[in-house]
Amino acid sequence: MSARNIAIVYRKELLEALRDRRTLISTILVPILLFPILTVGVGFAVASLIEEADREPARIMILGGVDSPAVVSSLVKSKNLIVVSEPANYVDLISNKKIRAAVEIPPGLQSGVGADYSPVKIYMYSGDLKSTTAAKRIEDFFNEYRENLARDRLSARKLPASFLKPFDIKQQNVVSEEKVAGETVGGIIPYLVIIMCLTGAMYPAMDLTAGEKERATMETILSSPVSRTHLVLGKFLLVLTASLVTAALSVTSMGVSSWVFQHFQDQSSGAAVHIKIGLGAVLSVFLVALPLAVMFSAALLTIALFAKSYKEAQSYISPLMIVVIVPAIAAMLPGVELTPRLSLVPILNVSLLCKDLIAGTYHWNSIALIFLSTCLYGGAAIFIAVKMFHRESVLFRS
Amino acid sequence: MIEARSLSKRFHDKKRGQICAVENVSFTCQPGRIYGLLGANGAGKTTTLRMLATILEPTDGTALVFGHDIVEHPERVRSSVGFLSTATALYPRLTAQEMVEYFGRLNGLDEATLKKRIDDIFSRLDMNSFRDRRCDKLSTGMKQKTSIARTLVHDPPVMIFDEPTLGLDIMAARTIVAFIRECRQAGKTVILSTHVMSEVEKLCDVIGIIHNGSLLAEGTPAQLREKYEEKDLEEIFVKIVTAHVAPHIGVEV
Repeated sequence: MSARNIAIVYRKELLEALRDRRTLISTILVPILLFPILTVGVGFAVASLIEEADREPARIMILGGVDSPAVVSSLVKSKNLIVVSEPANYVDLISNKKIRAAVEIPPGLQSGVGADYSPVKIYMYSGDLKSTTAAKRIEDFFNEYRENLARDRLSARKLPASFLKPFDIKQQNVVSEEKVAGETVGGIIPYLVIIMCLTGAMYPAMDLTAGEKERATMETILSSPVSRTHLVLGKFLLVLTASLVTAALSVTSMGVSSWVFQHFQDQSSGAAVHIKIGLGAVLSVFLVALPLAVMFSAALLTIALFAKSYKEAQSYISPLMIVVIVPAIAAMLPGVELTPRLSLVPILNVSLLCKDLIAGTYHWNSIALIFLSTCLYGGAAIFIAVKMFHRESVLFRS
Repeated sequence: MIEARSLSKRFHDKKRGQICAVENVSFTCQPGRIYGLLGANGAGKTTTLRMLATILEPTDGTALVFGHDIVEHPERVRSSVGFLSTATALYPRLTAQEMVEYFGRLNGLDEATLKKRIDDIFSRLDMNSFRDRRCDKLSTGMKQKTSIARTLVHDPPVMIFDEPTLGLDIMAARTIVAFIRECRQAGKTVILSTHVMSEVEKLCDVIGIIHNGSLLAEGTPAQLREKYEEKDLEEIFVKIVTAHVAPHIGVEV
């Protein structure tokens, strides 16, 4: 009878949730659309901005260089640079984006005679994409000029090019693509799963508790023979379903969006960084996040039950987002690694473990400790939720 | 039958401290009769009925509802009771039929019995034209009928009505009044709370006057008229209530 009643409550809550536009938006639409918009939309926007900055010739100004006419002349002829001569101060011109950069050529650069090794100075607007691109072009020009000069000097003295560069340095990755993925984007997936587990559970948790109070259906259901324990368990299962569906859709959507974005990048540039994340790793992240979703769902139900209205519930639950985001982000910080003590810190432990799982590292002791401790926290949260549903002062708070 | 035995309910309020909403209330409601709990706002009517429906637990005392103790077996009590009040709204996103089915299933009805009962109730209450319409799209009258169908689906022997016509228009209120009469004719035990004198006159076989959480007087309308030497029930009510020196303040919760 008990499982039957829980199933009846769950089915009814599911039916209502599927008919509620707000639940459908928060649980299904947002996770599906968020990542294509973020990755593909923003990604393409950024890519096109960079492309535009790359294509557009940059207006620059030359300071000095009277005794280096050849240098100035090649700079003027240089592709994608337009040298202008303005009477105004170059700092103002850069600040007002009239020109993108200015270069100061030290005396005696061309002849090399009497040069006091004063540097070539490039003045720019830090943080501005077009100014940074212009400065890079000027720097590339002078790097090339310097290399040519050095090569000429070496050949005049009949010395090989290796005289100045006796050996090369090359970095070589020795770990698998999965491990690279774990270190680079490994922190993002657990963060995403954790945040989406929370946001997916938020709206249904409020709707099923404070929403019921607001719509005056709480007393209706309390007058039925279903026990309060079965009632809260049926509601909890629906909130948990919403939480997991949101997280699953988010990760799927992110995977598809990243694949599409990478595919287009491959086609356009020919070069791409391949990040490989196995399906098994993503599934184990879900498995580890399951007790966390249980904890979130039960905790949100309990908190929202205190509220008399949907609005009040929102004001209680919003700060919870920060409580969850901080440990979830902490796991992404470089140098934060799983220790026995951190294994007991809720949210942070799951986030760190997921990072390891994505990288293909399985420390079974940590996995067991974190899974069990999170199950314990989840169980405690359900216990509190059931207790709260038995308290008249909470159900009938006025 | 309902048998309330020294029912009391106290609440703790942050500002006002301990509040006694219902104090030592005892009465009996017989099958086939309507018991009217008459009182002003805040007298303790809703709290008493919520205790009988096991939505609230009594602080002291108990009651037997259809032979089940409200403290010992609240779930059995709820299976025997149909509870209707203005605070028992419908789920807006369910259709009228889904709403009634939900409560039928929670009352343990199997699918075949449930279908038969729903067909029967929907025909009797003339609800077939809107059985597949969502509750948030129903008129007030349709909502009332759906609420009635919800309370009737498991054919409970006891009906509890908490100010059932409060805020309703004349037509919707008449539907409810007719339904309460039908319950009496069907031999059900009916208890109803109200502060509308005309409703009491029309419906109640026995009246209990409650004030500040205490039951001050009880009897048939004829008995009360004789005892207080007044024809008008409203005058009788005022006479009883003003004569009572309030030892404490009752509140509705």
